[in-house]
Amino acid sequence: MRTKISVKDLKKGFLTDQGVLQVVNGVSFDVADGEFVAIVGPSGCGKSTLMNVVAGFDSPDQGSVTVDGASGNGPSSKGILISQHGSVFPWLTVQQNLMFGLNGHARSDKKEIADHYAAIVGLKGFENSYPHELSGGMLKRAELARALVVKPEILYMDEPFSALDALMSLRMRKELLRILAEERHTVVLITHDVEEAIHLADRILVLSARPTKIQATFEVPFEHPRKLSSPEVQDLRESILRELGV
Amino acid sequence: MSKLGRILPALAVIAVLIAVWWLSVVVTHSAIFPTPGQVVTGTLELAQDGTLWDDIGASLMRVAVGFLLAVSIAVPLGLWMGWVRGAFSTLNPIFQMLRPISPIAWIPIAILWFGVGDTSPIFLIFMSSVFPMVVQTTAGVHTIERRYLRAAENFGVSRYTLFRRVVIPAVLPQIIVGMRIGLGVAWLVVVAAEMIALRSGLGYLIIDSRNAGNRYDLVVGGMVIIGLIGLSLDGAMRLLEGLRAVRWRYAH
Repeated sequence: MRTKISVKDLKKGFLTDQGVLQVVNGVSFDVADGEFVAIVGPSGCGKSTLMNVVAGFDSPDQGSVTVDGASGNGPSSKGILISQHGSVFPWLTVQQNLMFGLNGHARSDKKEIADHYAAIVGLKGFENSYPHELSGGMLKRAELARALVVKPEILYMDEPFSALDALMSLRMRKELLRILAEERHTVVLITHDVEEAIHLADRILVLSARPTKIQATFEVPFEHPRKLSSPEVQDLRESILRELGV
Repeated sequence: MSKLGRILPALAVIAVLIAVWWLSVVVTHSAIFPTPGQVVTGTLELAQDGTLWDDIGASLMRVAVGFLLAVSIAVPLGLWMGWVRGAFSTLNPIFQMLRPISPIAWIPIAILWFGVGDTSPIFLIFMSSVFPMVVQTTAGVHTIERRYLRAAENFGVSRYTLFRRVVIPAVLPQIIVGMRIGLGVAWLVVVAAEMIALRSGLGYLIIDSRNAGNRYDLVVGGMVIIGLIGLSLDGAMRLLEGLRAVRWRYAH
């Protein structure tokens, strides 16, 4: 399959009082068009830093990130970042949030598109609610819908469900898989949850502690819907956890 | 707690204060300081002959003009200073120097520049309320969370949309806080300004009642009315905090 994202020998550090703190130390990987790649690593290893650079919010010190063969891209609606803390605008209603990124449509069309995606993520009836009137899970749905509305080719997800309780997190994973089956997106997911990675991804990259490198790569050969309690899944989980030193 | 349950203790304290006031006037046989009853009677007289309403109207009009003028300058200026770093570093030191100068200190200059008409108190109100509103608005822009600006950047919206849909609504709760502070100060200042330079308004009512025959019942009556109007102005500003689009900021 065609390569969508190509990361080559990426290095990133930060200046601190004690000198340069190297965070990402030579990371290379490719993501194919339509592929779902999960990146797992111990907390504080530099996952989010890596994601910020890959998504174009930060520039690398060395190395390159190319999307569709072009490098030096800033953030654009071609790839939408969904982060742990969420960024649904609290001052806009769900519908206004979903309409936010839509340019060049008539107003009535925007509403229609927004409401369509609200329905897809199960927020029908909440279009005119404000975010602070929603639960944590609904807020995540709104965030996901706002990203989907602009038909991004890539979804960058940085620990998207880690602020949710276990049950809601599982429910959101299933929702995400259902949506991805309908609308094909390339996905890069950062997570510390190995089970989440196995549940969702086609391929899993394991990062080392900081300064981080790719330590191991695992293919996830199981068909969807995946049964997480099956022995094969448990074996894979064991191997990944062993890489993480647990 | 029910609404009545919350108001009742406050009302009880006010009742006790009035009782203490009444008792101390009776016990000391004060010839000048009025009893609560005399204050009510005197104020009612003023209300009946219409001067009270004229004074209230004059004070409110000055506050309205000065305050709205201040809002129309402070909000755009605060947004600009918050957004453009150069504007902030250039103007903030000057504002921080002007801000601690009591509006009362401006009275001689106001009289020199604008005379003793309505312009002087309007200028003083403007000077007193513009700075807190600039400061609040600027701080509001500075405290917009990065994740929201990044999300806006991610969707690649125009500068116009960024301002209209992100920056201004994000700052609005802070602007409203600034307006509450500004209006409170404006109401303080109008009374002070009227005591010195004018021939109408609640401040003038107080100083004139003293000068024209020690009518302390009207002095105290004027003070009570100033307090009540101040309370309602603040209440009106509080209603703005209940708007659905800003409640997110006050809810937690």
